[in-house]
Amino acid sequence: MNLGKIFRNILLVTLACLALSACATQKKSTGQMQGDVYTGTDTVEYLASGVPDRVFFATNESILTTKSRDTLRKQAAWMRKNSDLTFVIEGHADERGTREYNLALGERRANAAKDYLMTYGVSGNRLSVISYGKERPVNSGSNPLAWSQNRRSVTVKAN
Amino acid sequence: MIFRYLLILIILFPIKAFSLIEVDITRGNLSPLPVAVSPLSVDSESKKSFEKLLKKKNIGAEISLVVENNLLKSGLFNPLDKDAFLQNPNIAHLKPRFEDWALIKAQALITGTVTLADEKLRVEFRLWDVLAGKEMIALAFTTVPTNWRRVGHIITDKVYERLTGEKGYFDTRIIYVAEEGKKTNRIKKLAIMDQDGFNTKYLTLGNELVLTPRFNPTNQMVTYLSYFRNLPRVYLLDIETGIQEVVGDFPGMTFAPRFSPDGKKIIMSFAMDGNSDIYTMDLENRVVEKITNHPSIDTSPSYSPNGKYICFNSDRSGYQQIYVMKSNGRNVKRISFGKGIYGTPVWSPRGDLIAFTKMHKGKFYIGVMRTDGSGERLLTENYYQEAPSWSPNGRVLIFYRETKTDEMGEGFSAKLWSIDLTGYNERLVDTETDASDPSWSSLLSN
Repeated sequence: MNLGKIFRNILLVTLACLALSACATQKKSTGQMQGDVYTGTDTVEYLASGVPDRVFFATNESILTTKSRDTLRKQAAWMRKNSDLTFVIEGHADERGTREYNLALGERRANAAKDYLMTYGVSGNRLSVISYGKERPVNSGSNPLAWSQNRRSVTVKAN
Repeated sequence: MIFRYLLILIILFPIKAFSLIEVDITRGNLSPLPVAVSPLSVDSESKKSFEKLLKKKNIGAEISLVVENNLLKSGLFNPLDKDAFLQNPNIAHLKPRFEDWALIKAQALITGTVTLADEKLRVEFRLWDVLAGKEMIALAFTTVPTNWRRVGHIITDKVYERLTGEKGYFDTRIIYVAEEGKKTNRIKKLAIMDQDGFNTKYLTLGNELVLTPRFNPTNQMVTYLSYFRNLPRVYLLDIETGIQEVVGDFPGMTFAPRFSPDGKKIIMSFAMDGNSDIYTMDLENRVVEKITNHPSIDTSPSYSPNGKYICFNSDRSGYQQIYVMKSNGRNVKRISFGKGIYGTPVWSPRGDLIAFTKMHKGKFYIGVMRTDGSGERLLTENYYQEAPSWSPNGRVLIFYRETKTDEMGEGFSAKLWSIDLTGYNERLVDTETDASDPSWSSLLSN
């Protein structure tokens, strides 16, 4: 009887803990990531109204997601209208890789964005790339959400 | 485990009984050799002059402290407490009373004198086998007084060499990147220091991002990556003159530089249109040669000590792995096949091993494997660590480690660590600031 009570209490406490922790973890990632690609807007800045400045990548990847391509098409349209502007595309990696490889990976990501902009009519002369590897994170956290925000390429006005 | 140690004892014991002391550095050292470092004796006149010159009260004691620290940090020796020493340093140097030293369980004894003559520091030292009652080394040399810490390092090298049978690594320097500031915007400077963390000098001001410095074989030049004017390029720096120059004329990022073993070439990656390949540039005639040609990332090249082979990092299989090729780029062969992904291969100065960083299931490891990829051995596991660099005798690795930040993104730090090839004797390396990307020089003397 007594033992049964203890067990029931333990069970209740455990369930409560599980429920709480589930809430806590969900709150962190709800609607912010798809797979491990960041889909939120937290660190994003805008080149112009409705034109986000950055796209995000999966771990070790430089493939553009559907959302990234959508963002880059918006960038390209805006760039075509503002033909006097030039841009630097910064490639970045998260902290979970070796420094030298990340420099190469950042360069690959920046070029993936550049190539896509070029296919949508932006002259390559207006676009330069620079890789920062893992040197310039936007989120200093050591968790999957922070890493997903740091795996990015950012289009920056150069003039 | 216990059985293995017993075996080692049994094998070693009969040998020890017949010969002078020897220290085995091929396995983790479980009982470091007890050694007494008697303070170097200084005559009263020299003592006064040294005090004026170097602002050190007792330069003899200071030098022996350098030796003691080196011996302790090697993990192979146990320097004994000086309070227990019975014999006066000046008398011990002439004729040690071995019974006294045996009484405090010393097996080796280091004695010496320092004098100032013609504005030069002259040191004389001896290494003694206490149990055999014999002198093992007697050496003297002179140098400028400001070099007094190096005197301690050279003595340690000689003692280490005599007792282990291999060259030491104490009269050496470390070049690294000194770090400060927020994780999102770190300020980085090139810094150089003695192997034991003293005599730190900063070689750049921190105005631009600098990464991955590496010495040439004579320790006069450094090659590194600088973001000067936002153009990430490989640079060459003359440490004495401070003159810097860009290596080659590449229309894109160059990175991951190292010298060839003869110091005549720089090998590095060049990234263009999303593809990184390995190139060399001859420093005499400026001829640039493309070594790899593959639509994958090829980086982190490192020559074998004879210059005939290159190990490097490539993701041509889909993920980062380690490859070996001839120095002309032919016969590319993947050598890493374990679970996880591999980066930063660096060839041992002894030629038989390649050290690397391995990433597996969210952990980072520093490890070694033979040059054909066999015999993989992981030495240390952590949240984040990478970029091993070999001590010149190939017995110790230095690398850097970064901490995980808390929920608020605070608490980030980067520090240098060292570990023996045996996987034992892991140590934090003292630096004035946070530090990363260490590179070990070759021996400065001999």
